Amino acid sequence: MIVESKVVKVGIADMNYCKAPNKIRTSGLGSCVGVVLYDLNKQIAGLAHVMLPDSNLAKGKTIHKAKFADTAVATLIDILEKEGVWRRQLKAKIAGGAQMFTFNTKDDYMRIGPRNVEAVKKELQRYAIPLISEDVGGSSGRTIEFNPETGLLFVRTVNKGTKEI
Amino acid sequence: MVNKDSLNPVALDVLKEIGNIGAGNAATALSNLLNKRIQMNVPSVRVVSFNEMMELVGGPEETVAAIFLQIEGDLNGSMFFVLPVEKASVFVRQLTGNNEFSFNKPPYPEIGLSAFQEMGNIVAGSYLSALSDFLQMQIMPTVPDVGIDMFGAIISFGLIEISRESDYAIVIDTEIIDSNSNIDESSIKGHFFLLPDADSYRKILTKLGVGTL
Repeated sequence: MIVESKVVKVGIADMNYCKAPNKIRTSGLGSCVGVVLYDLNKQIAGLAHVMLPDSNLAKGKTIHKAKFADTAVATLIDILEKEGVWRRQLKAKIAGGAQMFTFNTKDDYMRIGPRNVEAVKKELQRYAIPLISEDVGGSSGRTIEFNPETGLLFVRTVNKGTKEI
Repeated sequence: MVNKDSLNPVALDVLKEIGNIGAGNAATALSNLLNKRIQMNVPSVRVVSFNEMMELVGGPEETVAAIFLQIEGDLNGSMFFVLPVEKASVFVRQLTGNNEFSFNKPPYPEIGLSAFQEMGNIVAGSYLSALSDFLQMQIMPTVPDVGIDMFGAIISFGLIEISRESDYAIVIDTEIIDSNSNIDESSIKGHFFLLPDADSYRKILTKLGVGTL
């Protein structure tokens, strides 16, 4: 039997998960960070496209969970646990957090990329999820695609080619 | 909070007029700079989700040449001038007289990046000074920065501040078309995106006496 594999697409400030042979992908990460949590035994992976480091930054009444590093990691764990994954089996790979532009402005608004990366790492530590590999920082946009069968994260950039981490 | 249905028709017309005035002035400046006719479409004002925003110029992965600057003063927000890479290359060739120049592959020669940045400075400055005159408000742009990268990676920078409050952005989008271009029509459009933050929209609409969103 031939099983056709699909690619699950995740938008900005959004999250989803997939099981092998499907793959999961998000495009055009700039200062945003793509967080992949996966279990290689169960061949399942969740991906969140995080925009901001902390839900305390939210001004609105409702919090959109996939948007913030803290709420996104927690929610992604919940989603995967509902699919029968053990939290202790989870591993992580992350990419993104670029500093696309380099102004000198009054606040550290422009450092949002590095701040997102720091915040995601802090959350992974909080839940004791090992970070297996990362492709973060720099000044290039990234598109990432994760294969839950191999555990490899494919990273494409416009200016620096492609790699697998 | 900006909602999907929060723009009333009068506010919509006012914001369109802002796009018209700003981009009209910018198109004239660009036209003078390049010594060619630049046409402009009627601006569109839309309330879009962030994902819809990513689709405005061919999807989040589309490589574009962009000028980005922030606005400070009486209004706060971001402004982008986004061109297809090929179009930006043509403009830079005309400005520098270097017929070999291209943004297709890095590294990009410094002279070309500078020329593109300066073009952005002039064009965005014209947009914003027209806006400032019309609104009688002080608008101070930062020095523009250039990005040749994925559209999603670039435009999401303008959404950071907005995203603290909302899942939608109001975007004033004006297309410009270089009329004597020989490249396929669909690929030659440039876009001005003005993304004032929510407070600034309220200020604009109050100033012009059309109430709140």
